[in-house]
Amino acid sequence: MSTPHGAAHAADAVIRIRDLRREYVMGSETIQALRGVTLEVQRNEYVAIMGPSGSGKSTMMNTLGCLDTPTSGEYWLNGQEVSRLSDDALARVRNKEIGFVFQTFNLLPRASALHNVELPLVYAGVTAKERRERAAQALERVGLGQRMHHKPNELSGGQRQRVAIARALVNRPSILLADEPTGNLDSTTSEEIMRVFGELHRQGQTVIMVTHEPDIAAFAERVVVLRDGRVESDRRTAREAAA
Amino acid sequence: MSFVEAIRLALSQLRAQLLKSFFTLIGVTISVMFLIAIVSIVDGMSAYVEDAFAGKFLGVNTFNVRRFPDFQTGDVTAAEWRAWQRRPKIRIEDGLAIRQSLPEGARWSLHDVRWLAPTTRYSSGGPQVLANASTAGYFRIKNLTVTGGRLFTEQEDQIGAPVVVIGADVAKDYFPGVDPIGKELKIDGYPFRVIGIMEKQGSVFGLNLDSQLWAPFNSPMSRFTHARENLYGVVIQAPSSAATDEVKEAVREVMRRRHHLRPGEPDDFVLESSASALSAWDKIKSYLVLAGVVLPTIGLVVGAIVIMNIMLVAVAERTREIGIRKSLGARRRDILAQFLVESATLSTIGAAIGVALGYGLSHLISALSPLPTHVAPWSIGLAVAIGAGVGIVAGLYPASRASRLDPIIALRAD
Repeated sequence: MSTPHGAAHAADAVIRIRDLRREYVMGSETIQALRGVTLEVQRNEYVAIMGPSGSGKSTMMNTLGCLDTPTSGEYWLNGQEVSRLSDDALARVRNKEIGFVFQTFNLLPRASALHNVELPLVYAGVTAKERRERAAQALERVGLGQRMHHKPNELSGGQRQRVAIARALVNRPSILLADEPTGNLDSTTSEEIMRVFGELHRQGQTVIMVTHEPDIAAFAERVVVLRDGRVESDRRTAREAAA
Repeated sequence: MSFVEAIRLALSQLRAQLLKSFFTLIGVTISVMFLIAIVSIVDGMSAYVEDAFAGKFLGVNTFNVRRFPDFQTGDVTAAEWRAWQRRPKIRIEDGLAIRQSLPEGARWSLHDVRWLAPTTRYSSGGPQVLANASTAGYFRIKNLTVTGGRLFTEQEDQIGAPVVVIGADVAKDYFPGVDPIGKELKIDGYPFRVIGIMEKQGSVFGLNLDSQLWAPFNSPMSRFTHARENLYGVVIQAPSSAATDEVKEAVREVMRRRHHLRPGEPDDFVLESSASALSAWDKIKSYLVLAGVVLPTIGLVVGAIVIMNIMLVAVAERTREIGIRKSLGARRRDILAQFLVESATLSTIGAAIGVALGYGLSHLISALSPLPTHVAPWSIGLAVAIGAGVGIVAGLYPASRASRLDPIIALRAD
């Protein structure tokens, strides 16, 4: 199977998924959340994954984020097959390759913005001094250089999400994986966050965003729609066509 | 995540929940406090008994030949007591025979004691004093020296010179404001000349060792102390601690022969040494140590259960945090270490507070009671190690539960 825009080289694919299936056993029933998804994402793409609830969107997100492993199929992330890794190896991959941005921000409430951003570096074994420097840089990159020592409850929703973005970026991940990143934000703040994503994408970051909002998906250059655990459509957006 | 990192995290967690942490540690704190205090009492008493009692009062490598034991453990029945009274007396001839059997380097002394009231013209009186009549070897055996004047000599003993060496408190009580050397001290009308003042010795189990006086065995003192031809004891010092048992057996043989005991018949005298007196103490000590270990152990078990529960609650409360950490790359062992270090830190802090309180308690005990205490450094090390150990054991189950949480489910937690 070829990518929808064949211009990119296969070697440049940061994500390559082949016939991915995920089944859950719920009592006597077996639920098929993913029924054979095949997908490639090139480096520096900006992809939105959409779909109604029950489409397998969340499972897709968890699998892409190496929080979950598929029942069958292949998942190559940045040249490494990750679908059969142990828990600890997956933790390593999450630490090095993936930057998560969650709907509910998922910041540690008692830690300062700076410390929150430092966390991935703590688990990467980076020294305290370097950690502080890199975390501060990441916060400056999302425009929060002045708010480093604030705790999450001293920050607005948009600011919290930007802390989360800084945290996602601090370990220079292969993909930025956002799960409904604007779900808890008003429309002005949502646009502000989308501008940050757009800027990161322009700087070369691969961004994958799961959302059910079409106007948020419209910020991406490519939209993949899931339905019943399969890819229903995979197309370039008007935005990319215009660019 | 490094170890230092984990401790820093644990401390910030404690600060965040100071009150709860306090209640969590209280079990460990109190247990450790009592551990330290009880061990300090046992240790203090040990040092006291071994130095003051065994060393000063009985002497090193020394044993006494007595009719029946002076220091008792347990009850003495009336029948036993009557049997003791029927035993043959210890006589001067026994002492002389013992001297013949002693190896080179051993020391020997006849010894008699009696509580007496001396008089002097310088004071209207004072407490009764323990009057000793002994041969000259006694001072070397007990390692006694004078601070003023001199000890009496073997010649003075042989001719029965009426001289006396007095204890520091006797000098104070009977010669207030006067230098006693060369002065006269009368015992029941018999005059003695004071020739020396003994160095201060303090007291052992309430017996004031400075309220004593010492006169030659053959001096008129023997009229008072040795009235019924029954020696208080023959004091023997072996040349070395290694030789003590051998000397003891030789002396036992002499005494058995003199008492015409057949093989198999029990001794009708005792050889009382610091070791035999200390066996009484060792028995008491073993009970105290047992109490000092068992009681805090119960406390520590309770403390461990409290910590385990608090950690389980902490894991439940912080499920989301665990999910976040896992999503950011924390491995199982990172989460495990985080919670283990947290509970160990908690418990070690509890133990450290307990050490401080135990130290205070031990000082309070020695200030307010006659019990001598001494906080042994090893007990502090042990207490802190126990603290950390209890924390690790108590934290193991909660931490392992935390480390096995599924990040997806954990992230969904409230």
